[in-house]
Amino acid sequence: MTGRLRVLGVAGPKKAAKASSSSPGKSARYYPADDVPRPKHSRAKKHNPPKVRPSFVPGTVCILLSGRFRGRRAVFLKSLESGLLLVTGPYKVNGVPLRRVNQAYVIATSTRVDVSNVDASSIDDSYFARAAAPSGGAEEEEFFEKDAAKAAIVSDVRRADQKRVDAAILKVVDATPLMKNYLGSKFSLNKYDKPHKMIF
Amino acid sequence: MTKQNTQPTRLYVNGAILGYKRGLRNQYNHTSLIKIKGVDSKEEVDFYLGKRVAYITKVSTPGGKSGTKFRVNWGRVCRGHGSNGVVRCKFARDLPPQSIGGRVRVMLYPSRV
Repeated sequence: MTGRLRVLGVAGPKKAAKASSSSPGKSARYYPADDVPRPKHSRAKKHNPPKVRPSFVPGTVCILLSGRFRGRRAVFLKSLESGLLLVTGPYKVNGVPLRRVNQAYVIATSTRVDVSNVDASSIDDSYFARAAAPSGGAEEEEFFEKDAAKAAIVSDVRRADQKRVDAAILKVVDATPLMKNYLGSKFSLNKYDKPHKMIF
Repeated sequence: MTKQNTQPTRLYVNGAILGYKRGLRNQYNHTSLIKIKGVDSKEEVDFYLGKRVAYITKVSTPGGKSGTKFRVNWGRVCRGHGSNGVVRCKFARDLPPQSIGGRVRVMLYPSRV
């Protein structure tokens, strides 16, 4: 970035002092030719955040179509800057944690859960970034250990957030008859089902 | 209870491979015609446009990271074909001739609902 903000012809402190102490009547011999460093005009286009289908309103119950949670229902909380959707099972009901999903792999249903009392403002894309692997020379033993499956460690922050978000949703879910059973059940096509005729 | 051969939650629709796009005398192997189960009209095709299609074959040599014995040729539904619910699909690799009469899975994604 230094090259971009280069300032041309600005007097150093010595020269500036000399110029100000010169006799009156004479104009200063040194002056900054370009006093305000301006960043270069960038033609780079700014990307707008991807659009989310209008069927997704915070609180929409959606069906996950692929991945390990395929067929599960989850509650849509908000869309993130990357265009991914933030959903939660809730975890206690069907095992789907707070996670991001691509809207292409999700069916939005017409069922809604009131999530106005859920505070998910602290959760953004960076929240889901992977922690950097500890650097440094790995011992040979460690190298081979890596091949063995390690149990995923869920950080305390995530655990606390999950609890907090779920508690707020569960209050509403428990108050709505059958909602808990609905969220806990899986979506699947049966023999004569026609998804193109379904109203989700 | 009998052993299940399919995934416990089916999130795809079965389709039958009819053949290739063709004229009277020429055939164009780059596009396959597929009949999606339960789709019988031009209007009903609309839901499936753009959906991913999987042609799955069982092979003797395990491949891939997980050593799976199944190979998948992915494709997409491009457009309808005729007025009876047949669709044209393009695959990453053109479907082989022995696939004609076989099955494909028409997935529910990318979703537009």
